[in-house]
Amino acid sequence: MMGSSEVLIKARGLTKRFNSFTAVDGIDFEVCSGKCVGFLGPNGAGKTTTVRMIYCFLPVTDGELTVAGLDVKTQDRQIKGLIGVCPQEDNLDPDFSVIKNLQVYARYFDIPKQEATKRAEELLKFFALEEKRNAHVESLSGGMKRRLIMARALINQPKVLLLDEPTTGLDPQGRHLVWDEIRTLRKQGVTIILTTHYMEEAEALCDRILVVDNGKIIQTGAPKELIKQYVGKDVLEVEYDEQMVQTLKQELPDVEVEVFGDQVRVFAKQHGSFEQIIKQFPDKNVTIRNANLEDVFLKLTGRRLRE
Amino acid sequence: MMPKLTYRVWKVWRRNAEVFTKTIFVNFIPSMLEPILYLAAFGLGLGAYFGAEVFPGGASYIQFIAPGLISIAIMYGSFFECTYASFVRMYFQKSFDAIIATPISVDEVIAGETLWGATRATINSTIVLAVVAAFGLASSPTALLIPVVAFFGGLLFASLAMCFTALAPSIDFFNFPAFLFITPMFILSGTFFPIPDVIQGAALGALPLTHVVNLTRGLLTGNFLPLAGLSGVSVALLGLAWLAVATTVFFVLSIHLMKKRLIK
Repeated sequence: MMGSSEVLIKARGLTKRFNSFTAVDGIDFEVCSGKCVGFLGPNGAGKTTTVRMIYCFLPVTDGELTVAGLDVKTQDRQIKGLIGVCPQEDNLDPDFSVIKNLQVYARYFDIPKQEATKRAEELLKFFALEEKRNAHVESLSGGMKRRLIMARALINQPKVLLLDEPTTGLDPQGRHLVWDEIRTLRKQGVTIILTTHYMEEAEALCDRILVVDNGKIIQTGAPKELIKQYVGKDVLEVEYDEQMVQTLKQELPDVEVEVFGDQVRVFAKQHGSFEQIIKQFPDKNVTIRNANLEDVFLKLTGRRLRE
Repeated sequence: MMPKLTYRVWKVWRRNAEVFTKTIFVNFIPSMLEPILYLAAFGLGLGAYFGAEVFPGGASYIQFIAPGLISIAIMYGSFFECTYASFVRMYFQKSFDAIIATPISVDEVIAGETLWGATRATINSTIVLAVVAAFGLASSPTALLIPVVAFFGGLLFASLAMCFTALAPSIDFFNFPAFLFITPMFILSGTFFPIPDVIQGAALGALPLTHVVNLTRGLLTGNFLPLAGLSGVSVALLGLAWLAVATTVFFVLSIHLMKKRLIK
């Protein structure tokens, strides 16, 4: 593995336009090797488009993008050899069994057959798919398919693993299994870029998060820092009550009160800020929780429904 | 302008070949039964109503249709592989997207698909050739060259098919080329009856199956027949030239159209 300070992916003014629509609007970012970086944003923010430019699937309209010092515009073949891609859509080969999917994919990377089979067996073991070795791909559950796609993405022992919404559509068990595997890969030093709109996923897996919206990076930082900076520590949630809102505003002038519909959310910078207030309203159904990335996200990108 | 192709084309070809060999039984038996049915029903059944040696070159009816059946297998084998089957792989299975994420390029994926279509044409028509030979209808050793014609003829139909696939908004779209292009060729290219005088020029100019039929018929019998006022040798040379030019044009065009479709 490389030193952790090495910049593996570098984008400068990276832009992607589809006709008149600008999907990615002049973004700059760097990904260092061994890190897990998350692109977090609402639908249509430009996450997938960015990832697709990294693996040379979409040509760059403007700006610079390099992977391991190679230019995506001219050295796409070399770059594709260094990257493992786990796309959003299931594109496993339904004409082949589980093991054959890995073997055929390995051939696309010029991996000799014996070596391919060895790696395939190891990956099936790692992703707990050994029992499904000879099963037909169509017979796998959603979670198994996702894990097989991840196994396939690792067959060329990539320097960078791109995970485009790796857990979308999975049940909680499937999702946690995938998370565990991503964490293990991280520990092994694999550089990971993932896109997600699940906040807890970004929080659980990423060293650094790039919050994207309308094709721009609107904020970056470690998940904990972003939460601390934009939201604080505690969040109180309660059904709207005029008297309670007034009391909160009077007694805790530092907190931020947000009313939407019949719900109130109050954000405090300090732990334990709300204890006194709750005692005054014992019959209210109040929830106090830790601030999370979802709060940051909604704060930064607004509540408007996308698409 | 010209597509950049490397040895990786064969990796795409090999993927399809491996799927084919897995299902060889369902692929093999129908391709063999169909020509037997045609030769028996049309050649022997319908042929009983015609006198011997009434068809061009002094052929009986069953002798006349034999090269037609081989040529139809060439056209169907490649055209349907690179329309319906390629469309399924591209659109429903997203297999092209998966392969393009590896060091293989779009150009190579399309070229691999097209070469596989030509291979299907060769396999299917060679089965028909074997049946035809078993009926005693291959009278010249030049018949052994028919698989070569099959491959290059198949390459043309596969390239044409790939152009339609690149333009197809949905799988139902293939009804247009199938009924408006393939079926007329199936009937009018000198397959089941000699091409009527009035359309001989048009058939030579616009129906590529005509050239495949002429070449196949010539190789099967060792006798190239004159057509539309041209000598037998001229017809054969025209056919080779026509196929070479059209295949090059449509092969390159198909890759361009596919790139336009797949890379935004």
